[in-house]
Amino acid sequence: MTFDRRSALKGLLGGGAVTVGLPLLDADLNGNGTAFADESPLPVRFGTWFWGCGITKKIFVPAQTGKNYELTEELEAIKNVKQHINVHTNLTAYRDGTFFCHYTGWVVFRTGSAPVVGNLPLYESLDTTLANRIGRTTRFKSLTATATGDIRNIISYENATTPNPPEFSPMAFYTRLFGPDFQDPNAAEFKPNPRIMMRKSALSAVTDQIKALNGKVGAEDKARLDQYFTGLRHLEQQFDHQLTKPEPRAACKPAKAFKEEPAPGTDSQLIATRHKMMTDLMVMAVACDQTRVFNMTMSKSDSNTTKQGYEKPHHTCTHEESIDEKLGYQPNASWFTKRSMETWAYFVEAFSKIKEGDGTLLDNVLIMANTDVSYARVHSLEEMPAFTAGRAGGKVKTGLHIDHKGGQGTALSYTCLKVMGLEVDSWGTKSNQTNKEVGEILA
Amino acid sequence: MHLSGRRDGTLFLSSIVRNALVGLAAAGVVSCSSPSPQATAVTAKVSEPVTAGSPKRLRILTEAQYLNTIAYVFGPDIRPVATFPPAQRTDGLIALGTSRGGVTTQQLELYQKAALTVSQMALDPQHRAFLMPCKPASDAAADRACAAAFLKEKGRLLNRRPLTESELNAFVDEAAKSADGLKDFYAGLSIALEAMLVSPNVLFVTETSEADPGAPGRQRLDSYSLATRLSLFLWNAVPDDGLLKAAESGELHTEKGLARQVDRMLASVRLETGMRAFFDDMFGFDDFNALSKDATVYPKFTGQAMADAREETIRTVIDHLVTQKKDYRDLYTTRATFISPALAVIYGLTTPPSWTRYEFPAGSPRAGILTHISFLAVHSHPGRSSATLRGKALRELLLCQPVPRPPANVDFSAVENPKPGMRTARDRVTFHLENPVCAGCHKITDPMGLALENFDGSGRYRETERGSPIDASGSLDGRAFTNVAGLGQALHDHPALTSCLVKRAYSYGTGGPTEPSDRPLLSYLDTRFADDSYRLAGLLRAIALSHSFSQVSAPAADAARAN
Repeated sequence: MTFDRRSALKGLLGGGAVTVGLPLLDADLNGNGTAFADESPLPVRFGTWFWGCGITKKIFVPAQTGKNYELTEELEAIKNVKQHINVHTNLTAYRDGTFFCHYTGWVVFRTGSAPVVGNLPLYESLDTTLANRIGRTTRFKSLTATATGDIRNIISYENATTPNPPEFSPMAFYTRLFGPDFQDPNAAEFKPNPRIMMRKSALSAVTDQIKALNGKVGAEDKARLDQYFTGLRHLEQQFDHQLTKPEPRAACKPAKAFKEEPAPGTDSQLIATRHKMMTDLMVMAVACDQTRVFNMTMSKSDSNTTKQGYEKPHHTCTHEESIDEKLGYQPNASWFTKRSMETWAYFVEAFSKIKEGDGTLLDNVLIMANTDVSYARVHSLEEMPAFTAGRAGGKVKTGLHIDHKGGQGTALSYTCLKVMGLEVDSWGTKSNQTNKEVGEILA
Repeated sequence: MHLSGRRDGTLFLSSIVRNALVGLAAAGVVSCSSPSPQATAVTAKVSEPVTAGSPKRLRILTEAQYLNTIAYVFGPDIRPVATFPPAQRTDGLIALGTSRGGVTTQQLELYQKAALTVSQMALDPQHRAFLMPCKPASDAAADRACAAAFLKEKGRLLNRRPLTESELNAFVDEAAKSADGLKDFYAGLSIALEAMLVSPNVLFVTETSEADPGAPGRQRLDSYSLATRLSLFLWNAVPDDGLLKAAESGELHTEKGLARQVDRMLASVRLETGMRAFFDDMFGFDDFNALSKDATVYPKFTGQAMADAREETIRTVIDHLVTQKKDYRDLYTTRATFISPALAVIYGLTTPPSWTRYEFPAGSPRAGILTHISFLAVHSHPGRSSATLRGKALRELLLCQPVPRPPANVDFSAVENPKPGMRTARDRVTFHLENPVCAGCHKITDPMGLALENFDGSGRYRETERGSPIDASGSLDGRAFTNVAGLGQALHDHPALTSCLVKRAYSYGTGGPTEPSDRPLLSYLDTRFADDSYRLAGLLRAIALSHSFSQVSAPAADAARAN
């Protein structure tokens, strides 16, 4: 490989210089496949996964902690990926005032602060914090998708007033990732399109408008215009990607486009199908280094997933189903949780199946998975569960069950931020503010 | 206080009573503990009260506004695939969220993809034949004059005002540079147009103001901002050429000129487009985008039925309010509607060949848009009906009364349905109502929702549930009724029904949530609405011509943002 990847692409189209975030290729790796040839480490990517309506403690929480814990009834589905996952239990989210039943809990985990009004967090979510740090050089700063088919199921916030709406259509997600604008890194030929260069240049005609507008609006709207401007810069960067010859990447093998959209609906099997389609795309997007930050939602926080022939959707079921006297829990509510765990296991396994360096993609990823409540029946924010998966380039140990003994849920999020290299002394506000790292999982 | 004492059968309400109840509705949240109104009398006003005006706003164009605009500027066959994310519903309307949320990089990507499609289609050989105001000297080179003519003309419409010289020059420069580089005049022009279509001046509506000569010390929207506010309000699109001319000439800032333009807009066929968007938003019909039913429970509720159910109600609204100019309240009692083949199956009617006018017979339980499949199905679970969801929707969407959320850490075991003897929704709901923890809020929603129990979760009529007869009696704020027709009439007579529409229409028109200081104005608009027999056009006109609509308040929008 003689192509000089570190130099800017010069001489293209009359000397226009192009700077880009470059995709990874195996030729750049060192001998043992853990770092670039120049010894800078493989990129560690961050992801989140979300499921709604919590767990049933007595059949979810393993009896033992540490490495050799036994899987429980609700955790049975993760058996194939147990070694890649950490199960976190007994975490607490603090509501600090007004309580929003299925909103407060997950927003605390994702933003570090309890919301004070419905459907609005106070701060950006942690994936945004990390995307601003590690997502600037890739084609997409971050990618967010939901298996629910509903664009309104928000899990990521760019800032307090700006949600990151999820991809909700597998076909549209495919087109965005691997449609006409995708540069196949394994294509034999590369011919930069001069039209792209012109289109990029034309965006400069817009820049002056922003200065003029800034003088006409208040501070909050100015921030919105700044955000627009950042987006415009990102468009320019995406053009740059299209003008740059990508390097071959063995793992980057996008499948063919889907022939049709899965049927609409919230039936559990439909959700699983949609989740599989979205996950396969997401994993490939990461493998192709199109993004380094990703979010996936399996169900919304007040989950509306349905079970064929059963009249109550998941959320309604958790509140209205009676406890089976023999079993000692709500059988249908738990049925939904088990489907969530199967879906989570699929997500983790998908990353473990892609080879990267001398290991798998999952080795260079850190995923945090959480939910909105512990016991949905009473909206409890105590004894909350969460997961982490992946080894974050060797920084994180896996295969453990950790009983947090009522500790802050935000400690887990803070640990993720620290592992991903964020240099902050504490994270979160009020009762959810923390500076504690979950030492048990740190390698 | 309710209106059961009114026996004369006329639509007249004394101003005192009306305003008292309106004041109550404006106060917002229904109290869980005491749902029966305690009204305080407010003095009626006949002329527009002096208000602070409405805030200047920075709004982002919605997907529909963008597409309506593109269709107007370039022709209706230019329709890019534009799935722009919806704004967050704010104070009852998605439209109000457009003055709050920011733009993500992903969103900008979507704008750009739409812009690329539009700019390439508009300048392909077929379309440029009629969209170009000139012919370039050569198809293979830059022609600044011809590019400028095109960009100036389209730019005025897209930017909702004439481009400044430097703005125009910036785009002409890019068109020329690209045309020479690519040796293709139209490719160059298309690239400049693409850039314009993602520019902040096109995507954001930035309202600007100027000193109001008629009111010293006050600010008013400048004429272009006023034109855009009017056209987004009434047409859900940007101003047309006529409206821009009225802005350019100053006509819009004269009392007569403004009235002339508003009347022209109200008479335009484009009013239908605008009002479709408004009522779809107000009724929360975006829920249809994610609606699904359990096919094993409701096999007849097909995807087509779903789309048609939304259309049926909107068609009825447009026919009733815009075409026939009838009383808004009668929408909740009218038997006139439209049915499609897919809907006829669920209604149990003879299948028509296509959309057709239909009148439910007297004595039918179907009367008013609440008994349409749309409301009934959207506010139900996938596999069963829900008196609570229906009652809550009715309160929040139609009466502007937010229903409080469930309290923290409630043990819902009381709401369980453990007894096999509970066969109907009423059995289950009564169980809620007997439990003091649940009853506080459920008595706000359930008694009205129960009146709709003769319709299952897909909107089909039924007389029994699990073999037990359904009792559809209920009450709304002290007014008791025995069936769904009674609910329709109670809603028809409820003062919050009309004041809610007033509040929604005013906030929709001015682009942001109303504030407590708007109450006197809303009260005035309520009176105007009543005096005009609750006809929509009169209300829209009163709002559009009000001083509050065009006068700008000092920046105090921050408080409203947290709403």
